Amino acid sequence: METISGIEIYPVIALLIFFLFFVGLVLWVFTYKKQTLNELSNLPLNDGKNNEETNSNRSL
Amino acid sequence: MEVQQFYYDNKIVKKFLYASIFFGVVGMLVGLLLAVMFIFPNITDNIPWLSFGRLRPLHTNAVIFAFVVNAIFGGVYYSLQRLLKTRMYSDLLSNINFWGWQLIIVAAAITLPLGYTSSKEYAELEWPIDIAIAVVWVVFGINMIMTILNRRERHLYVAIWFYLGTFVTVAVLHIFNNLELPVSAWKSYSIYAGVQDALVQWWYGHNAVAFVLTTPFLGLMYYYLPKIANRPVYSYRLSIIHFWSLIFLYIWAGPHHLLYTALPEWAQNLGVVFSVMLIAPSWGGMINGLLTLRGAWDKVRTEPTLKFFVVAITAYGMATFEGPMLSLKNVNAIAHYTDWIVAHVHVGALAWNGFMVFAIVYWLIPRLTKTVLYSKKLANFHFWIGTLGVILYTIPLYVAGFQQHMMWKQFNPDGTLKYGNFLETVTAIMPMYAMRAIGGSLYVIGVFVLVYNVYKTVKAGSKVEDELAEAPELPRIVSHRMKGEGFHTWLERKPIQLTILATIAILIGGIVQIIPTLVVDSNIPTIASVKPYTPLELEGRDLYVREGCVGCHSQMVRPFRSEVERYGEYSKSGEYVYDHPFLWGSKRTGPDLHRLGAKYSDNWHFNHMYDPQSTSPGSIMPGYKWLFANKALDLSDVENKMRAMQKLGVPYTNEDIANAKAAIKAQAQQIEENLKNDPDFVKSYEASKEAAKASGENFVPMSEREITALIAYLQRLGTDVKVKEEN
Repeated sequence: METISGIEIYPVIALLIFFLFFVGLVLWVFTYKKQTLNELSNLPLNDGKNNEETNSNRSL
Repeated sequence: MEVQQFYYDNKIVKKFLYASIFFGVVGMLVGLLLAVMFIFPNITDNIPWLSFGRLRPLHTNAVIFAFVVNAIFGGVYYSLQRLLKTRMYSDLLSNINFWGWQLIIVAAAITLPLGYTSSKEYAELEWPIDIAIAVVWVVFGINMIMTILNRRERHLYVAIWFYLGTFVTVAVLHIFNNLELPVSAWKSYSIYAGVQDALVQWWYGHNAVAFVLTTPFLGLMYYYLPKIANRPVYSYRLSIIHFWSLIFLYIWAGPHHLLYTALPEWAQNLGVVFSVMLIAPSWGGMINGLLTLRGAWDKVRTEPTLKFFVVAITAYGMATFEGPMLSLKNVNAIAHYTDWIVAHVHVGALAWNGFMVFAIVYWLIPRLTKTVLYSKKLANFHFWIGTLGVILYTIPLYVAGFQQHMMWKQFNPDGTLKYGNFLETVTAIMPMYAMRAIGGSLYVIGVFVLVYNVYKTVKAGSKVEDELAEAPELPRIVSHRMKGEGFHTWLERKPIQLTILATIAILIGGIVQIIPTLVVDSNIPTIASVKPYTPLELEGRDLYVREGCVGCHSQMVRPFRSEVERYGEYSKSGEYVYDHPFLWGSKRTGPDLHRLGAKYSDNWHFNHMYDPQSTSPGSIMPGYKWLFANKALDLSDVENKMRAMQKLGVPYTNEDIANAKAAIKAQAQQIEENLKNDPDFVKSYEASKEAAKASGENFVPMSEREITALIAYLQRLGTDVKVKEEN
């Protein structure tokens, strides 16, 4: 095709989509229950395995 | 709930880590050799497979795909199993992933120095290896996704979203950027040309940075840092927000590699804007990482692993601030093509990626071998010498980049360039190149210390065994538990939907930027005088690609007064329509070549390619004596090449193709005639003819040798556009 006519509306639509998506995402993230967040954050620490027997990192 | 026993696969982790360390040493030593070549350009004189142009892609490919990616695989295989409380889905797939990847690396190590290259940065490997990469990557993906589906931990921890995002995006990027039409077993042409090829290449190239060098490491950071510091990540909320914004925004940043080039303005501007926005999610990651250590900073003093993490994450923050700054057009105008960019790359590569790998290696190897690290002191030493190495590498190059740009653009009061000879600007930064080599040496010494420390640790430890673990089987989720569950909680237990949404997020930027560039004609205005390369010039261009000239020379004159004064008319998008692949280049170790045609005599090129210092004293360009060797240029593929180009839209007629060899002969013989203008050439040419006759060797006339084709190509560059002389 030669050119895209009326292209000016697209940046405006795009801005609206992005803005609404990110506002939505931030709002929703702040409705996350504190307790669930704690559980999720601790997943790598709860993989059942003690942090190494002989390792000097015991102090960590 | 039934508790099941199973074994984590540790052997595969060990294999990947050992491979990473080995290839890290190899890749970095090649890098060091390249740094030394800046100062001693002739140390590998007349050895084609050790020349700078051919070794540069070996260095980049080795450090990215062999050092970094092997470490990523190792780190992912270890953390994925434990986060999901299950063994990898298939040992067979794990081993195909491992051995397949190492075979790909070996293939790269052989083919790149031999000159089999597509010339596209970080995608140089030719088409058979590209197919192998796609196959092994799919194997990795199946293994990972099936493991996720078989998991005993319902929630997908943030690290796993990053791993999934990496898998999906790398697949998309690799496939679309490596679309090429094969001509022979080891030669292909990009289906894209000129401006479009440039855009696709840097959509790929920047997202190789994003999804190979960043997202997997953020995922690894989210697992290993909490593990090592023994505290949870600072903000899970932040990790969700920065994950989605990162993977969405990053894709659009590609055009920041093409600012002030012939890429259409609208695409450049999108690249700028999105690159600046990218500071937010990148720093989200940095903040989350550093603040995870709140209250644990005393541990950093005693644990070398944490030291590496702190510098790595800080460097990540530095590089992700510098990157967006470099994406501002006015800053980019200074930095592009200079060593500032090289410095920026190496802050990320050495300090972020390198140090993350070292930290994970120092933590994992003792665990895998059930012992302690052989020497914390040596690990500390490695940390300090590595950090010093990074500083001595990057700071001289910042100075060099800035200085060279300033010299390039400086004018005398009478309107002429103050440093009209490009070579003057190179000579001025030689001390910085020497410093950079010292910095790189220190970094490599640190890596050798790591190798020794790891070796002694492994020797003192036990054989790596798979690890027994137990966990309850995942219960079928009962509907009343799902009431009141939010969307993202739902999403986190639905890996397929998560992957699909992530895929959509990463596709948007590429579609918006690339499709209009491919499809809308007004983006690349046609220039009637631009014609395809002649067959001889096409062969010469392929020699330019083979020798990796694009690694030191650009072919894109920017619309700056200083560049137009130095090189000639600035480059137009329509000039590149037949360039499969594009050769715009990223660095000016030597001058831009886009308007080189008809500037120098054939003799000058002849002498310069043989021994650059003979025409340009102080030049750091190596010689290309093998192009003059007494053997004929291989013309067996020229018709195939032209037919492939024809298929890609270059207007060669069937007559052109049938006539190719004759056309080559005529054009080449004209060049040989031109060369005879120089009595010195005539003398040595006749002498070598006599010598060949005396030794009974078959004498190949100069017109049939490779150098003639290269001269033809160089003399064509930029001559299609004739600018009216202004008085």
